[in-house]
Amino acid sequence: MINIALPKGRLGEVVYQILEKAGYPCPSIREENRKLVFENREAGVRYFWVKPSDVAIYVERAAADIGIAGRDILLEYQPEVYELADLGVGQCRMCVASQIGFRDRRDQTLRVATKFPKIAKNYYSTLSRDIDIIKLHGSIELAPLLGLSDVIVDIVETGKTLMENDLEIRETIVPISARLIANKVSYKFNYDEITRLCRQVDALCRERAGREGEKSQ
Amino acid sequence: MGQIQSERVARQLRELYRRYGYTKYKMSKFEPYDLYVHNKSFLVSEDILTFTDADGQLMALKPDVTLSIVKNAKEGAGLQKVYYSENVYRTSPMTRGFREIMQMGLECVGAVDLVAMGEVLQLAARSLEQISKDYLLDISHLGFVAGLLDRAGVEEKHRTHLLTYMGEKNVPELLACCGELGLSSTDADRLCCLTTLYGSPQKLLPELERMVQGKRMALALEELKNVCLLVPEDHLRLDFSIVNNMDYYNGLIFRGYLPGLPSGVLSGGRYDNLLHQMGRADGAIGFAVYMDLLERLEMSEDTYDADVLLLYDDESSAPAVLQEAEGCRRAGQSVRVDRQAPEGLSFRTVRKVG
Repeated sequence: MINIALPKGRLGEVVYQILEKAGYPCPSIREENRKLVFENREAGVRYFWVKPSDVAIYVERAAADIGIAGRDILLEYQPEVYELADLGVGQCRMCVASQIGFRDRRDQTLRVATKFPKIAKNYYSTLSRDIDIIKLHGSIELAPLLGLSDVIVDIVETGKTLMENDLEIRETIVPISARLIANKVSYKFNYDEITRLCRQVDALCRERAGREGEKSQ
Repeated sequence: MGQIQSERVARQLRELYRRYGYTKYKMSKFEPYDLYVHNKSFLVSEDILTFTDADGQLMALKPDVTLSIVKNAKEGAGLQKVYYSENVYRTSPMTRGFREIMQMGLECVGAVDLVAMGEVLQLAARSLEQISKDYLLDISHLGFVAGLLDRAGVEEKHRTHLLTYMGEKNVPELLACCGELGLSSTDADRLCCLTTLYGSPQKLLPELERMVQGKRMALALEELKNVCLLVPEDHLRLDFSIVNNMDYYNGLIFRGYLPGLPSGVLSGGRYDNLLHQMGRADGAIGFAVYMDLLERLEMSEDTYDADVLLLYDDESSAPAVLQEAEGCRRAGQSVRVDRQAPEGLSFRTVRKVG
């Protein structure tokens, strides 16, 4: 039995569809109820939904053998896990954004509002820049509008929210996508099962990326 | 009643190491901070608890035992074999604050040869076996990895990055990083292949044979092959994604895993480079067992705190109470004597004196 932690929300649903196609279905997951754990003994899988930022913790501590987590979460928390595949879904970018026309003066401490203090700190330390981190839990875009911060470090998917609020991207820190992660010990003791799952999921994701590539041409 | 697992294991390991002729190394709770600050990146966690001693010297609660053993080992005195069982003070990324962690391990310092390596690896396997028959012992050879990086022409300063991705078995990022560094596609493929390999030596050695380029890799593989012959094969796995800091470690490195634990329970390797940094020419190999993790394995059979609860009151005579309790103990049961049932504890049977 492989325990899989899925991130709640759209990304988790997309990834579940991939896993279903890869031969790990669990019909009960589609039922409308308040259950938290879904099991399919024949396919040898048990799924559960967790908050996206908690997936890495469940996997690191072996409550889940594998999980799906955004690279943003992995960079922020740096869990001790294997990153086995890039699923190519949930693609976005970690960016620095500010109000349009903001002039960055290097003689001042830069005030940075973000949900990702570690990523922000690492990025600015490579630039040897003195910053003041303002940790927020949501609505990051509001911070520069109200003068709470000079810039924000946040995930940008389409850039629509930024545009509608007169904000612009100044810098892209790193591209983000969903990753298949595994607990290091579970991986070793369930090597055959986990590698098989990983290979199938990887192949399906490549196929899917190929299709989307054709569509956009 | 079952025994506390970690205590039982600690006793067995001490006995095991003693039977291999290792002597006990006892160290004080704190050491001068200097020792650790010079070798900070050797430590598992870089945070050190410090305080000022009565004479104004900065002291540290020991975060590690190996450094102290190496510092005190005499050079040119042949092999020094010691084991230890000590509490160390570290932060873990999961819990943030400092924790006291019980650690056991052994070190073999001096002119390390194949016999010494084989013995240490055998001891690592035996240590794991004492705890669970289903253990896995993963080995890697840093010389092999470094040889591959040499061949690919990767500069020292870029290696940390590549090694981090190897440690995560993160092929997509590894490929991207190889691209940035301008590695040829054959070298990049080799590195990715090495990262994902996992299996028994019999299965993987032929594959590794094909990967060999140059003397460094050939020597490393030869050593790995010879060492693998000396340890029980069933539980041995090769995994080149195990990486340790190359400033300190070289050659053979290994990790031990047990089912049901979230992380590795044993970690060790050959660390000649640490000795070189301390100005010594010889080598060393050793490992540590993280005893704190064993709590997780504690048997659930302990559903009772004691077999019998023997209740007495003002009417019972003291000798009679103690005598009856002693009778139960002679029959192999554990007994608690009390006036009333203690809150929160459970007993197999409860009865009154008499």
